[in-house]
Amino acid sequence: MTTLPAPSSWTRRVQAVLHRHPRLRLSGLLAPALLWLVLLYLVPLVLLLLTAFAETDSFTGQITWTLSADTVLDVLTTPAYLFTALRTVLVAVGVTVLCAVLALPLATYMALVAAPRRRPLLVALVVTPLWASYLVKVYAWRILLAPEGVLGGASPGYGWTAVVVTLTYLWLPYMVMPVYTGISALRGSYLEAAADLGARPWTTFRTVVLPVLKPAIAAGSVFTFSLSLGDYITVQLVGGTNQMLGNLVYANFSTDLPLAAALAVLPLIVMAAYLLTIRRTGALDRL
Amino acid sequence: MRCLSARRGLRSAAVVGALGLALAACGGGGSGSAGGAQQQAPAGEAYAGPVGQGEGKLSVLAWPGYAEDGSTDPAVDWVTPFERATGCQVSVKTFATSAEAVQLFGTGEYDVVSASGDASLRLVYGDRVQPVNTGLVPNYADIIPDLKDKPWNTVGGKNYGIPHGRGANLLLYNTAAHSTAPTSWKDMWEPGSPAAGKISPYDDGIYIADAAVYLMATQPDLKITNPYALDQRQFDAAIALLKQQKPMVSEYWADVVKQGQGLSSGALSEGQGWQLTANLANTDAPNTVGTVKPTEGATGWSDTWMVKKDTPNINCAYQWLNHVISPEVNAQIAEYFGEAPANTKSCALTKDRNHCATYHAQETDFWDNVYYWTTPTEDCLDGRTDVKCVPYDQWVRSWSELRSA
Amino acid sequence: MVLSGPARWVLRILAIAVLTFVYAPLALVLLNSFNASATFAWPPSGFTLDWWSAAAGNEGVRSAVLLSVEVALLATAIAVVLGTLASLALVRYEFFGRDVVSLLVLLPIALPGIVTGIALNTLFTQALGGLTFVTLVVGHATFCIVLVVNNASARLRRTNATLEEASTDLGATPWTTWRLVTFPALRGALVAGALLAFALSFDEIIVTTFTAGPGLQTLPLWILQNLFRPNQSPIVNVAAVGLVVISVLPVYLAYRLSGDSATATTK
Repeated sequence: MTTLPAPSSWTRRVQAVLHRHPRLRLSGLLAPALLWLVLLYLVPLVLLLLTAFAETDSFTGQITWTLSADTVLDVLTTPAYLFTALRTVLVAVGVTVLCAVLALPLATYMALVAAPRRRPLLVALVVTPLWASYLVKVYAWRILLAPEGVLGGASPGYGWTAVVVTLTYLWLPYMVMPVYTGISALRGSYLEAAADLGARPWTTFRTVVLPVLKPAIAAGSVFTFSLSLGDYITVQLVGGTNQMLGNLVYANFSTDLPLAAALAVLPLIVMAAYLLTIRRTGALDRL
Repeated sequence: MRCLSARRGLRSAAVVGALGLALAACGGGGSGSAGGAQQQAPAGEAYAGPVGQGEGKLSVLAWPGYAEDGSTDPAVDWVTPFERATGCQVSVKTFATSAEAVQLFGTGEYDVVSASGDASLRLVYGDRVQPVNTGLVPNYADIIPDLKDKPWNTVGGKNYGIPHGRGANLLLYNTAAHSTAPTSWKDMWEPGSPAAGKISPYDDGIYIADAAVYLMATQPDLKITNPYALDQRQFDAAIALLKQQKPMVSEYWADVVKQGQGLSSGALSEGQGWQLTANLANTDAPNTVGTVKPTEGATGWSDTWMVKKDTPNINCAYQWLNHVISPEVNAQIAEYFGEAPANTKSCALTKDRNHCATYHAQETDFWDNVYYWTTPTEDCLDGRTDVKCVPYDQWVRSWSELRSA
Repeated sequence: MVLSGPARWVLRILAIAVLTFVYAPLALVLLNSFNASATFAWPPSGFTLDWWSAAAGNEGVRSAVLLSVEVALLATAIAVVLGTLASLALVRYEFFGRDVVSLLVLLPIALPGIVTGIALNTLFTQALGGLTFVTLVVGHATFCIVLVVNNASARLRRTNATLEEASTDLGATPWTTWRLVTFPALRGALVAGALLAFALSFDEIIVTTFTAGPGLQTLPLWILQNLFRPNQSPIVNVAAVGLVVISVLPVYLAYRLSGDSATATTK
């Protein structure tokens, strides 16, 4: 540790200033990410929202920047669009619930039952499928679920069931990991302490396990919910004639950008509501 | 301009009032409007030539399979020979729908594009492309006359591109489910069809025209003469027919492998699709998928290579146009993609000697009741002036509402 | 341990069932990479190694993998730098609007990809003159930042700030404190975050669709294009199997390297 090159005098001076001024230090830490996200994320989002109020030429499809609320009103008053939004939310909720149901026993086994030296292997087993291409996995499900395919008569065929199953499959690791991390915190001491102190299983669950599980599942659900909400490829492959919000946005993106932008507002509203709801669990701090 | 419907106009006015916003009035002079009678091809001169030394690079926007550089299959490559011969380094971007082609070409990043009829005019009127001097494309002389100087590639007497090839959207059927070949689209449209639950229409707004083609034959009192020129009444009838079809649909198709698989296995009984789809399915499982152009006629496509308005790579662009429609390359593409080549000399050069016969390349009669994809406009394409037709953006919106309903 | 014997057995069986659910489709992909049928007809019509040899000689796959690695590395690098700095600010400082900032960091991944995608596309094409390699990297880096922030913040919250304070009190410069105190504690979490960011970027398709410049084909874009293409889809299967096999090692090693993140520092 003593072989460090002597810092040049100006860096020393800068560091001295930083040392004395924590606010300056804070700004330096915060500014790069903040600038990046505001300029390259918030600004485009606002621009997109503005586009929802633009018009396109009916023939060439080019945008004319004439302000009009027509498109947004059209979206908010067309039942087909609103029902699609509702169905999409239901799918996202279904996927999230199913992911939680599957993740719980697996994560509990990994954290509390499996031998400690096996844990890294199990974690690798859970994470590895994320490296197999998303598209290939969806296609595999398409083949699995084909009416005359591998599952034969047991297949539900293409439709909403297939969509929920496939999306659950795709996003499961995103739920398993936070739940596993959460349950790992229970390892040993807390549960034993509760038992030693004579707590009944239900009391242990309610006072020790639940406070850990709730935010963990909520954290995982941000991924499973949001990823399901924005997906448009899975439903194309295994959803039969059904469509989700993403399909509507995608289909209109190239012909009618204002309509696509207006439609994109729907998942935006849903996700904002969702984030506000689960913020109370403290899940956002654990993501 | 949009704002055709009083409904939307009224709502807009209400919002203007409610919010007190000074929104520009509907119908105000937006720029670049191409609806209505003011439709005029932008002024623009074709390249005078001569075609000289290439600029060294060319950016190509194409349907998948039209500009193969060996990256997907080393044996399928007509870009590399072009690069070697001309020194123009080619970068290729593909698109999946005509709508996407128009959007991508609008970014100005591409020098040439293979546009179907439902994209070509939008590019012309959108002032994205320049007229093409066919005199500078030697192979143009061998193009079948049936594809020259057509409304989708020629505006105001100026050629805006070089014809590339064409195909019809056929009725595809699972042979095991049909003891005799069908001759009509009726099982795709009529309730109580034996194919119900197992049909597969095309997943794009332009499919509304397929409904119109069927109505042309079955409901003469609607007086549809061109499936792309539908007034509100005719359009509503087409949409009603599509709604009647929807419960019988298994999947709307967007890719040929997917549809071919379904038709071959029997999961699908009938579908609208391409010869290519049947060929691919039959390569895997012989004689499982049949094709027919039903008596009612069919929609189809005829593609055109077009050049960006102010391309800096004009010499490379012209050399590319000449290259893709050369007898050898046009034959290669037609076989790889599965369509009828535009170059008459290509038919002698295909690996499959029957290719041109299979795809009816030379039979002019076959194409009489094939209605090539065209962009619907407010000015009716069939020449009617007493009514307004439903323009393309309404087709798109109606389709997306139908699909999400 | 309070879990009873039977409960442990039930958990073991359920865990095996869930893992089967996870691996059965992957097994199908593996199987189909040897399926003689080009359209994965079931049952397989025969066994072939053709697809594997075709994939080995396929220039398209190779350049797509290379591009994906380049993009993922650059995006991860940006995310690690920005994310580490931001997490230090978020955990070690109290300031007005901290909640808003942490929400902002989260947004790019919490909002559906298609919204992020078309928003970035609109900015780049309407205002900044088109899509390039840079716009692709920018798009990916934006949603990768949150992964680094999350991992780093979690670790920072568990490690004691008093060590850093002590170091500062003893006269160490901020840089020295970072190098000798903060970074060593953070290293594992940064590796884990970077790995997640890399994996996410490597397989991302939706934002990629909307931000990739002309002619740029990442692996997922290549797959999307070829999955639907006659005679190419089996090669896609081979590529997918190859990726899983190759990825097992880094996933496992990185996990070992980063330590069991849940237990390492809780005591």
